[in-house]
Order: sequence, then C-alpha cells, then structure tokens
Amino acid sequence: MDALSSLIDGFGVLGDPMNIMYMFIGITLGVLIGVLPGLGGANGVAILLPLTFSMSPTSAIIMLSCIYWGALFGGAITSILFNIPGEPWSVATTFDGYPMAQQGRAGEALTGAFTSSFFGALIAVVILTFLAPLVADFALEFGPAELFAVQLLTFCSFVGMGKEPPFKIIASMMFGFALAAVGQDPTTGQLRMTFGWYELLRGFDFLIAVIGLFGIGEILLTMEEGLAFKGKTAKINPRIVLQTWAKLPKYWVTALRGSIVGCWMGITPGGATPASFMSYGLAKRMSKRGPNFGKGELEGVVAPETAAHAAGTSALLPMLTLGIPGSPTAAVLLGGLLIWGLQPGPLLFIEQPEFVWGLIASMYIGNVAGLIVVLTTVPLFAAILRIPFSIIAPVIVVICAVGAYTVNNALLDMSFMLVFGVIGYVFKKMNYPLAPLVLALVLGDMAESNFRNAMILSDGSLSIFWSNGLVGSICGLALVMLLWPVFSAGLRRLRGTTSQLPAQ
Amino acid sequence: MSRKPKSALLASAALIAGAFGFGLVSASEAQAEWKPTKTVEFIVPAGTGGGADQMARMIQGIVQKHGLMEQSLVVVNKGGGSGGEGFLDIKDSEGNPHKIIITLSSLFTTPLATGIPFNWEDATPVAMLALDEFVLWVNAESPYKTAKEYVEAAKAGGGSFVMAGTGSKQEDQIITVGLEQATGAKFKYIAEKGGGDVAKALVGNHATSTVNNPIEQVSFWRAGQTRPLCVFDNERIKLTEKVTADMAWSDIPTCRESGVDIDYLMLRGIFMPADVPEDAVAYYIDLFQKVRETPEWQEFMAKGAFNTSFMTGDEFRSWLQKAADTHEDLMTKAGFISG
Amino acid sequence: MQDQENTKDGLVSNRSVDIVVALILAGIGVLVIVDSLRLGAGWAEDGPQSGYFPFYIGLAIILASFGTIAVTLFGRNRTRGIFVERGQLLHVLKVLIPTVIFVALVGFIGIYVASAFFIGGSMRWLGKFRWRIVVAVSVAVPFALFLLFEIWFLVPLPKGPLEDFLGY
Repeated sequence: MDALSSLIDGFGVLGDPMNIMYMFIGITLGVLIGVLPGLGGANGVAILLPLTFSMSPTSAIIMLSCIYWGALFGGAITSILFNIPGEPWSVATTFDGYPMAQQGRAGEALTGAFTSSFFGALIAVVILTFLAPLVADFALEFGPAELFAVQLLTFCSFVGMGKEPPFKIIASMMFGFALAAVGQDPTTGQLRMTFGWYELLRGFDFLIAVIGLFGIGEILLTMEEGLAFKGKTAKINPRIVLQTWAKLPKYWVTALRGSIVGCWMGITPGGATPASFMSYGLAKRMSKRGPNFGKGELEGVVAPETAAHAAGTSALLPMLTLGIPGSPTAAVLLGGLLIWGLQPGPLLFIEQPEFVWGLIASMYIGNVAGLIVVLTTVPLFAAILRIPFSIIAPVIVVICAVGAYTVNNALLDMSFMLVFGVIGYVFKKMNYPLAPLVLALVLGDMAESNFRNAMILSDGSLSIFWSNGLVGSICGLALVMLLWPVFSAGLRRLRGTTSQLPAQ
Repeated sequence: MSRKPKSALLASAALIAGAFGFGLVSASEAQAEWKPTKTVEFIVPAGTGGGADQMARMIQGIVQKHGLMEQSLVVVNKGGGSGGEGFLDIKDSEGNPHKIIITLSSLFTTPLATGIPFNWEDATPVAMLALDEFVLWVNAESPYKTAKEYVEAAKAGGGSFVMAGTGSKQEDQIITVGLEQATGAKFKYIAEKGGGDVAKALVGNHATSTVNNPIEQVSFWRAGQTRPLCVFDNERIKLTEKVTADMAWSDIPTCRESGVDIDYLMLRGIFMPADVPEDAVAYYIDLFQKVRETPEWQEFMAKGAFNTSFMTGDEFRSWLQKAADTHEDLMTKAGFISG
Repeated sequence: MQDQENTKDGLVSNRSVDIVVALILAGIGVLVIVDSLRLGAGWAEDGPQSGYFPFYIGLAIILASFGTIAVTLFGRNRTRGIFVERGQLLHVLKVLIPTVIFVALVGFIGIYVASAFFIGGSMRWLGKFRWRIVVAVSVAVPFALFLLFEIWFLVPLPKGPLEDFLGY
C-alpha cells in the first residue's frame, strides 16, 4: 500500500504541535466565517492568505484548509437556527433544518448536520487518498457538453411537481433563470437586462437573493405573529448529541448516496451547492420518508450536508492534480499554492510528497477536530434561540446586511437584499415555492454557458448531447429523474395490483 | 536609484538627512512626504482566485511581512462585468489617494466591449509592475511541432479547430482574433471561467489549442501532456533554467520567429483615481519598487515566467496610449466594439 | 377589488394579491423579452444567441402568470382567504420600515452607527427594554462587528463621518 505508507508519513508532519495549533485556529476561524453570511469560505481564505506568508507552505495550507472545513461545518448553523444560509451550499439544509429548529429540535438538527458533514468529508478523503490519480483522469472527461448534462441532472433530480400550483412553480423557476441572466453574458460578453444601469453589471448574486428571500423573508413572516416569538426552549442538553447519534445510522443509505453525489460533483467540478440540491432531491424521491421532507425530517438535513461536505473536500483533488479549482474556495487555495511556489498539477504528488500527504493527513485530523469543535458548540448555538426576538431580529438584519454588502462590496446589494426579503415574504404567503427560484439562480448562468459552448463545438447541433457514452448516460439519467414521479406512481400501481392478485 | 530605505523609519531618517543637507536625496524621494493616513483599499477588478487577485494578495502579503507600510493594505474584489465595476469605482473616487487598483487587459477591453463609460485616462497611472506572457499551447499528443505547422493545419481544417480561453472579448479572445487576422486561419472560440479550466480543456482534448499564461500550463508541460509552440512576445522569455528535461522557457521561439506575425503582452499595472496629489503617486511608486526588490516577488516572477519590465511616468503613459490604440484596432476589426 | 370573504380586519384578499403578483411577474417577463429581442433571440450558426434563452424564459414567465390569474379567477380551487390582517401588517411594518431606514442610512453614516441606532431603536420600541440594556447591546454589537471585520479580517465595510473623525 503505497498510499497508506505515504499517509503515515503525512501524519508525521502533523506531529509538529505548531501545525496542530494552526489547525484548531483554522477550524475556529472557519466556523466563524461560515456562520456569517456573505463572508464565505472563499473570501475568508482569501482574506487570511497574506497572513500565512511567514509560515511554511505546509503549515499555511493546513491552516487555510482548516478554515475551509470550518466554513463547511459552520454554514449549517445559521441555516438551521434562523433560516439564513451562512454559505450557498447550506441552502438545502434550511429546508428541513429550520422546521426542526422551530419544533424545538435545533440541537438534533445541528448534531445531525455536523455529523453528516463529517461523514461526507471522510468518504471524500478516503477516495482522495486511494483513488487520486484515477479520479483525476475522470475529471478530464468533462467538457462543456458533459458539464451541461450534469447541471441538467441536478435540475431534474430536484425539480418535480411539488404541492404548490404548477403555474407558480414554473413562474418561480423562470424568475430565477431571468435573474441569473442579468449582467454580462459569459459567452459573448454582451450586457443583458442591465438597461443602462451599471450597478447591474455584476448581476444578482445568489447569496444576496438567498439572504433576502430566506433570512429577511422569514423575519417578516415571524413578525406577523407579533413578538410572541415562540421562545423555542430548545433543550440545552449535551446528551442531545448522543441521542441524535443513535438515530443517524438508519439513514446510512441517504448518507452514502449524498457522499457519492458530493464526491462526483466536487471532482467534475460541479460544485458543492448543486451537489447539496441534487442529494436532497434524490433523497426526497427515493426515501420512504420523502413525503415528510420539508416538514422537519432529520434525513432532509443528512442528505444535503453529506453531499456539500463531500463535494467541498473532493474539490481539492482536481485542484491538486490538475490545477483546476473545484470550487471558489479551492480557486483561492490554488492561488495560495502558486504564491508559496508550489506548482499544482500532475507532478505535485511526486515532487512535493511531504506537502501533499501532510495536507491529506490534515484533512483526516482537521475534520475530526472540526467535529469536536462544532459539537461542543451545539448547546451554545441552540441557546441563542432563547434571546428575545426584539434583540435577535435587528441583530440578524444587521448581520444579513453586512453579509449582502461583503459579497460584492456594494451598497446597493443591501437594498436588493431588502427587495428579495419582501419577495420572499409575499412568495411564501402566496404559495410560490422558493427552492426552484434559488436553484435556477445558481445553475442558470453556468448551464447556459456550458450549453452554448457545447453548441459552438458541435456547430449548433444538439446531437452532441448523446455523442458519447458519458454524456448520453447522464442526459438519460436526467430524463429518468425528471419523469421519476410518473415511474414511481406506475411502480406503485403495478405493485398494488400484484399484491391484490393473491386475494382474488 | 541607490537609496531605497528598507523601512518607514529609515525613510524618515533619509528625509531628515535630506533636510539637513546631507547626502544626495533625489527629487522624487524628497517629495515622498505624503503617507497614507488610513487603510488603503487595493481594488482587484476580478474575482477571487484569478491571476490579478493572486498578484494583489501576494503584494499585500509582502507589504505586511516586510512592514513596507504603516497603514494596512486591504484587497477588495470588484469583478462584476469583467472588471467594469472596479474601474467605475476608481472613476467615482476622484481625488482619493487611499485607493489603488491593479489592472489587467480588461482596462482596455472591458470599456470597449461593454460600452461602460471608462477610459484609462480617467485614472492616474502609477507603475507597470510586470507584463504577462502568452504562449500558444497544443496537446502533446497532437502532431504539431511549430506554430507555422499548427496554423497551416488550422487553415486546412476550415474552422474546426477549437481555441479555449478565459472570458469573452478579453485578452485570450483578442489574441485569437489577432492570430486569425495575421494568418487567415479560423478558430472556434470557447469562453471558460478561468485559466485552470482552459488548461484542463486542452489536456482533456476538448480544445485543440490555448493561449494560456506560462504559469497556468507549466505543470502540464512538465508532465509531458502539453507542448508550447511559440510565445506572443517580440523577444524570447529570458529564463534559461530548464523547466522540462530538455527545454527552458528561453527555448520557446517567439511567434514572429516561427512566421506568425503577432505579439501580445498583458499589462499588470497599478493605477490610482484621477486628481490625486503628485507626492501620493510618488509614494506608491516608491512602495512598489520596494516590493519588486523582495525575494518573494522575484521568485513569483520567475515561477510565472513574467516579463519584468517596470515603467512609470511619461514612459508608462506613452506605453499605455499605444496599448490602448492596439486594442481598439484589434477589437474594431474583430467587431467586438459595443454599440 | 373586494372579496366577499373579506372579514372586518382583513386588509387585502389573497385573490387580489395573487393577481397583482402575477401581473408584476408578467411585467418582468415583458422586460426580459424586450431586452432579449435587442440582443438577438435567434439560433445563429454556432448555437443560440445571447437573447435566445432569456426570450423563452420571459415568455414562460408571462404564460405562467396568466395561468395563475386564470386559475385565481375561474379555477375550481379559486384562491380564497385573506392575505394579511391589519394587525399582522402593522407588526410586519414595524420591522420592515426601520429596516428600510437602516439600509438607507448606511450610505450616509456608515454601517456601524446605523446599526447601533437600528438595534437600539428596535429594542426600545418593540421590546420595551430598559435604556441601560438598550445602550449596552446597541453599542456592543456594532463594536464587535467593527473588531471582527475592520481589525481582524481587514474587510472594509461602509463607514461614515464618525469613523472618519476617529481616523478610519
């Protein structure tokens, strides 16, 4: 086992107590960054990058990647407590995490989210340790057509006919696509729907929409009930962790599926946010508890969190072996590597084994450390819900506003956040679903530019989407997912008739 | 310049010395009385993780590590609309000496392609830090050994050859159309998000060639997966240290040498808003000269095979004027001008 | 538009809000289509033009909105009920209006001072806290933010005359 002995050497690098210290500093900072919306993993790492110049590259990357793990863990906290996704990839965590918190099960949801994150990361690191070269070649197979197929699959596995009126689902989704198109067209560089207003150059950022729609929208909804904020006396009980752990093993299928989806999306690279949506959609479709999703089902927290963390972790693999960042944060880490004089690419594993295996070993220990740090804070965070609403509501609004500003350093984004807040409030009351809007906003731009690049390659012929086995099967899978409700209904009917047969 | 004080303390010592009539203090240093009184914002007209962002954060780290500034320097990304957002911010900050911006080719291309009301003359040029090289790359499995061969094959291919590049109507696509205009070959241009994705497209055979910067492709070159054909500069890269088993950067011929008549360099420069005090400009020129002398910067330049030209003042202005004209000419011919 | 089911403290019916929202969305759809046509909404030799997808997105928004309106007016499951009661709306506005003022103020006096006023005002007005607690919290939170962003993470947030005066 070549990888195993290298890994053991890697753990040797971590023997240095300074590195262990950097690791805990990194995790703690990362959780903080993850909690604050807007100040995402990518910004956080970029901001702290210059500080690491005086360290050795190994120590520096350990600290920075631990900030990243911390941010991955931390994103779930505000999603669950306040319906505000701290990070884009924790949007899907709000769907069930926030209802759980409203039912007084915040501790359970937080523990479930953290443990799932850890599980997803662990699977991804194991894959990274033993299959790195193989997986790197797989990533090279993905050109524009394949990437578009992946995005189509994400969409198809998430979007189904929900309980909302179909016209409203379509309107909401299309509104998301329209918002995604605002700004510069990535293929031709033309400005779209800016109407001569230069503030719209940057388009509508996903995070600003989400902070407004979910965070501010939720505060307005809560206010309807007046200030009788159900002082959700979440049990502040350290035993909640153990009680939740006892429940988690039965969701192993969802956790494993989420991890695999996450690893795949991290490597291709499709990104952690689509991965979390895809995993949530698949779980909703395939689990027998699916119909309860959205009402506070622990499995609905497990699914997106495993996928997001697995994707976030495996995104480092194409960064190390190919120099392609699998996520915005990986892009910043990549810049860090170049600055420290390390050249990511096929030779990095051979030329810098100490660095690479030290990093991989730190992924194991960093995630364990992360889990310990966040689990000890569960009671603390659950206790935040006891603060009276008239204090916590304005503080949340301020934090949301700061978050909206830091995304692009633009004042106007705060106003957009407010507008999205009102939209979120009205949409929720009028039974327009928000999830399709958000998914369309995050995928719209990428999917369109991949589609158009594929068209340029094929001279405008759609046949490129079934031109080889890989792209064909992903597209096929996407169609299956889209029609899944029809299939499963058919299956149920078939099963229904067979079970009735003996009775006849 | 022989006197380059290592720290602010020494700088003030030099000034005092100058005031007392000791030593030969040059005019620019005597003027360098202006100092930032608060945090300086360093605008990057691109997102986090790209080449300009890396360079800005590298500078921030160097300034911090060597204590070159008393106030802190913070990097702020304003990448919307191919950097248009960052340029408009500089235009709106007229007279603010606590704001600097790092530029790339989008300084010229973005206003032309999108029609945003900005011109490089709306800002104060401070210094050219370096010039980024572009190299024509093909997959190592492809049969082409020289740029000439490749261009001939592309001509014969009648537009079936694919060039991948970063962004739309920016430097990579401008080089591509420049190549088309110079040789008569036609390429399909695919806009990717970043240099890494472009490099991957070439290695994964989704594109037939790219014009990546050296740093984006060097690891694939060394791994024997891609091959450089020519460098878009009027002279060869000066680094003679071997990069692969048998080649150094200096062994790559220029495109003109191989009969492809085009060159292109990308500016990595520093600008300030318009109407700032002259001694503020002098302060930053001095600061960046100090940055350039640090070993970290020099190593960074060598790794990325940058062209390390440094220019300030009128020399820099006339360089900019020429570059602006070249861009306008190329983009007009390619039909990239908005409006 | 008055709904028969309007109770005495209901302000607007769900039905009228449904129609207004659908009309606004349809309006956005029209804007999208207009701009797409400007860019070219066809299928060129090398695939769709810049306006191709937005054009159909705009069309879909308009169709879906008119679908919603039709269902609202004539459908079997016509929308009923009240969108918001007077009391509820007042509660919502109690948060929304100060928030709007807060966001408007940020541009002039900076985010730190604005959030101190906003948090303090909300606590006093909505929560009826004692002044001592109000002042403590509304100073402590912006100060913590200041340390976190300006000092530790070196992220500049909008600042105003007070910070200028203090030399930031």
